[in-house]
Amino acid sequence: MSVLTRTPAPQGRTRISRLQGKARYAPTLATVGLFLAMFAAGAIMYPGFLSGQVFLNLLIDNTFLIVLAVGMTFVILTGGIDLSVGSVVALSMMIAAALLQAGWNPIAVIALVLLTGATFGLLMGLVIQVFEIQPFIVTLAGLFLARGLCYVISVDSITVTDPFFTAMAQARIPLTGNLFIAPGVVIALVVVAIAFYVLHQTRFGRTVYAIGGGESSALLMGLAVPRTKVLVYGISGLCSAIAGILFSFYSLSGYSLAATGLELDAIAAVVVGGTLLTGGYGYVLGSLAGVLILGIVQTFISYEGTLSSWWTRIVIGALLLAFILLQKLFSRKVKLT
Amino acid sequence: MNEIVPVVDMNNISIEFPGVKALDGVSLRLFQGEVHALMGENGAGKSTLIKALTGVYAIDGGTITVMGVQHSFSTPAEAQAARISTVYQEVNLCPNLSVEENILLGREPRRRGGIHWREVRRKAKDVLEQLQLGHIDPGSILSSHSIAIQQLVAIARSVQVDAKVLILDEPTSSLDSDEVQQLFTVIRTLRDRGVAILFVSHFLEQVYDISDRMTVLRNGKLVGEFMTRDLPRMGLISKMIGKEMDALAELEEAESRREPDRSERVPFVQAENLGRKGSVQDVTVAIHAGEILGLAGLLGSGRTETARLLFGADRADQGQLRIGGTARTLRTPRSAIDQGVAFSSENRKEEGLISDLSVRDNLVLAMQASKGWLRRVPGHTQDQLAEKFIRALDIRPANKDALIQNLSGGNQQKVLLARWLITNPKLLILDEPTRGIDIGAKTQIQKLISSLASDGMSIIFISAELEEVLRLSDHIAILKDRRMVADIPNDGVTMEDVMTIIAGSNA
Repeated sequence: MSVLTRTPAPQGRTRISRLQGKARYAPTLATVGLFLAMFAAGAIMYPGFLSGQVFLNLLIDNTFLIVLAVGMTFVILTGGIDLSVGSVVALSMMIAAALLQAGWNPIAVIALVLLTGATFGLLMGLVIQVFEIQPFIVTLAGLFLARGLCYVISVDSITVTDPFFTAMAQARIPLTGNLFIAPGVVIALVVVAIAFYVLHQTRFGRTVYAIGGGESSALLMGLAVPRTKVLVYGISGLCSAIAGILFSFYSLSGYSLAATGLELDAIAAVVVGGTLLTGGYGYVLGSLAGVLILGIVQTFISYEGTLSSWWTRIVIGALLLAFILLQKLFSRKVKLT
Repeated sequence: MNEIVPVVDMNNISIEFPGVKALDGVSLRLFQGEVHALMGENGAGKSTLIKALTGVYAIDGGTITVMGVQHSFSTPAEAQAARISTVYQEVNLCPNLSVEENILLGREPRRRGGIHWREVRRKAKDVLEQLQLGHIDPGSILSSHSIAIQQLVAIARSVQVDAKVLILDEPTSSLDSDEVQQLFTVIRTLRDRGVAILFVSHFLEQVYDISDRMTVLRNGKLVGEFMTRDLPRMGLISKMIGKEMDALAELEEAESRREPDRSERVPFVQAENLGRKGSVQDVTVAIHAGEILGLAGLLGSGRTETARLLFGADRADQGQLRIGGTARTLRTPRSAIDQGVAFSSENRKEEGLISDLSVRDNLVLAMQASKGWLRRVPGHTQDQLAEKFIRALDIRPANKDALIQNLSGGNQQKVLLARWLITNPKLLILDEPTRGIDIGAKTQIQKLISSLASDGMSIIFISAELEEVLRLSDHIAILKDRRMVADIPNDGVTMEDVMTIIAGSNA
């Protein structure tokens, strides 16, 4: 046993830990900063960019992606992944379109779609938890299953003519001045607010972070790890269904090939938003910022006019790489101090 | 003592794993307001017994009665509901969350509208102050603290639940002596409040310092329950080992070995002002064949960092390194391995062993790597090697197909050692090879190190236990604040000498 005396520096340590407490927000703050910088750059480069409506359009055009990213944030915070979300969006749109065509009440349709999405997610969560299978594989199976079910419903595109849905698609909520938003934006922002509340103000939310920090530790601390893990996929499924409804409001149709690859956009938004893929670190507001960055890249490309839309993908790819490198640097720094 | 009803009464407990009978009819009683030490060698079944009580393992036989109610715990949450709290050897908290959250996770005070964060802060502060840990900022992130502080936070967590039973599994293995005293003050406070405390430690002095009663296990069986004051140290050791043998005398034997031959050649390893920014600096050592270099220093003084530099796990950016007389730059561990350097990590769980593989598979891993993947080690050679080293190092259970995760800490350590020995290294770096293992296995490992050096292997030996470093080493490199401050030959050096050097040098 060592009898050597310690040289404690409690004050210095407190200072270091305070700094690190702030370092926790670094990736998310970087995202917000990048968004502001891009917006400022746009304002300088293009006349008309600095209108509030350009910003609001970012929200209007990306409501479904915001909601998807929220669900994905829950999953990634636990250290998992959900690849099925894009297909579940398409499935939700197909179910909604088909039932509306059959003359169902739109409220009943929405309720049923949400229930289907949540159940689909919960089932995947159960498989992941009970059989201890990698989330990647289970949700990949979910991706194929949901996409396949779309074709079972209809191979062709189904147009939505329901008055409630068309009303939602065309409705504009006026704000001050000439600004306006769509109802979907309100729904998406409410989802973000609820998610923020759940993650930071409930034991369930803290358990999500704890699982990401160390699953076996969380289990040994007596936390409800299995239940939380299953529920997280249920939340992601529910968010996918909400996103499906919002997409229907936006596109007024159901098509089996819709939302292909959308799961990857959602993952990219979450990662660019500062959430670590290994789990435990990240904020839902960061994911919102991540979606806005993906959106603003698209806006840039369309303002530029001469560039093909595939440049969006290239820029997003570069951004994703940059952010993952940033996170790596950040986590190295934490280790060193 | 039988008139008092025990808080915990574990009766005739049996647990079996595939290939291993871990516990066989073991009983344990814990009384209110007592510190009870659970003693036994590695593989005696201490950890298993604790895991049975905390709901991690299900029991195959016997009964567990807590405060008069019979329980069969199947999850840690159920054990915690019965007011049993555990602090494990490896800190089981969430490094990404704040100190206060780790203390209250799952029990956060709530009000209308969610978690009452101000109350969380107040309660955490309150518990930390009770334990005289008021200097820890409750809002700081856990990963920003040393292992020692994290351990104390884990104890704070169990105090916060108002546990009736507190289990401390090797809580002191990564603490220094001040921190141990701080911990003991806390334990005594809790004991006086009526908490039943189960204390597991390999440090005999600590056990005698803190415990009132002890239960001794050997090979998964109960040896007996004793009052600490009635059982002298030698009696305890012989009960743990099961032979009337003087383990301490055996330790002395380790000293009698051939003097290393330093005269003839250049040193095998020679480092001059080797260093890396942010890691460790000024490492100047020379190690001849057959020599043991001990690294001494406080926790966090740069011992492991030095080892990592010499193994190429971290790249040096200052100074020079010569191996076998030629200047080398180690870019990766692979280049060090090619030079005949082997490194046995202090963190056997995370960096060393692959717990889902068998003893044999773990043994041949390093050998296979050094031969290249194309030349497979034939099955019968693997079996022979495994059997040879299981015998040579007394690995228990002596079953080459047993999974590593079912072995005790000391035996896992032996497997790790054997793995590197198979590759016939010229320099073996051992980082804390004896941490968290019992006196019997410790003796075996120390003897093994001595005899390896006698056979001409160079060894770097790192241990937090200064006595051990002094007993084994030929010369001692002393580190302070991530800088090497001295390299002294070990001729009658005492602990005081080393401490004077550490205290006196201004790095």
